[in-house]
Amino acid sequence: MTLEEVLTIIEGKVISSQVDLSCEVRMACGADLMSDVLSFTHSGTILLTGLTNPQVVRTAEMAEITAIVFVRGKLPPPETISLAESKGIPLLASKYTLFETCGRLYGEGLPSCGLFEPVLKRWQKVFESAPDVNAARRVS
Amino acid sequence: MKRSALEITKSQELIYELKIEQVMTKEVITVTSSTLMSELKETLRLNRISGAPVLRDEQLVGIISIEDLIKALEAGEINVTVGEKMTRDVETVFDDESVVQVVTKFAQHGFGRLPVVNREGKLVGIITQGDVVRGLLRQLEVEYHEEEIHRYRASHIFEDIESDQTGLLLRYKVRPKDFIRGGEASSKLKRALERLGAKPQIVRRAGIATYEAETNLIIHATDGGEIIAEIRPERIKVSAIDNGPGIQDVERAMRPGFSTAPDWIREMGFGAGMGLNNIEVCADDMNLESKTGSGTRLEMVFNLH
Repeated sequence: MTLEEVLTIIEGKVISSQVDLSCEVRMACGADLMSDVLSFTHSGTILLTGLTNPQVVRTAEMAEITAIVFVRGKLPPPETISLAESKGIPLLASKYTLFETCGRLYGEGLPSCGLFEPVLKRWQKVFESAPDVNAARRVS
Repeated sequence: MKRSALEITKSQELIYELKIEQVMTKEVITVTSSTLMSELKETLRLNRISGAPVLRDEQLVGIISIEDLIKALEAGEINVTVGEKMTRDVETVFDDESVVQVVTKFAQHGFGRLPVVNREGKLVGIITQGDVVRGLLRQLEVEYHEEEIHRYRASHIFEDIESDQTGLLLRYKVRPKDFIRGGEASSKLKRALERLGAKPQIVRRAGIATYEAETNLIIHATDGGEIIAEIRPERIKVSAIDNGPGIQDVERAMRPGFSTAPDWIREMGFGAGMGLNNIEVCADDMNLESKTGSGTRLEMVFNLH
């Protein structure tokens, strides 16, 4: 999916300059926890978030996020925009909630970042090795 | 795909960066208002141009194009002067304006060429669409070469320099509580690794782990700290070092979800107790030593092969 298609699907706006809308988006991640973005994304992901501070851009830079979409009509402060422009990371805005923005893109076929090994292992340890339903409560 | 997209962006940028004087043709072939249309025909033909600015007493008074000449030929007015057939009220651009001005004017008015004047109003050049394209291509080539030279020098450092053990030491200071500039050290290190030609996956893992470590220094270290990257041909070792307060219980700190980060950090999307775990996942080897009162030393190793 191209950034241009993303923009149409979420009825969004471009809020940084010099954006190449033809660039390809492979998957998406919706998160307000930057640690999650750093842990559970792949290169080529588009990030949907309600956070607007410059660290969102730093996180995107490190995680090689293709573009950032700010949800719920939130607009970032100038320092976030200028950092994004200097790093060449496009910024978009959506008036819809995080849930709806994600849902619109997922519904149009944009996949999530998938399951990660540490997550799967933890999950299996808690839910799949113990047959009884109380296992989860005991482990936590 | 990605590459061509990047270059389009680059040329869009260049349209703003390049000045008209850098791309215009400086040797302008001009005619005067008393030149005859028949003489103009020869001037255009010999110089293989499709128009020329018209001067009177060194002042720009108009512009004449091949279209004007064709019309004059059709009307059999080959012996009238250029002054009678030229376009007056010439649209001009200034030599110190950016190329985007010309591109806009070409698009708006459908002009094929525009005379360039300096701020004193003197004709200093002429610019055509061809000049713009050639100028952009030339500049792209120059920048590409510079980039290539950089890349070459950096990525061959370990092959060119011989020693029994070659290493590159990069040291970055991290200031305490300075969240606005937070991530600069990791960003610079990441770029350095790219320049050195490390594999993209390794660059990404090292960038993320270093960023987590840098964030920890900003949040927790009383006087900030240092990030030191030691790069060798076979591996990168990144250390995050501070002088306190130190971690009370290292084992507990390593537990997913355990965090002592204050609320203001959590509001920024960090401090969820996942940093160290994420570092552990990203690095090929990780070692954390800490002593309350004296400081913390976190070492992360990334194998390059």
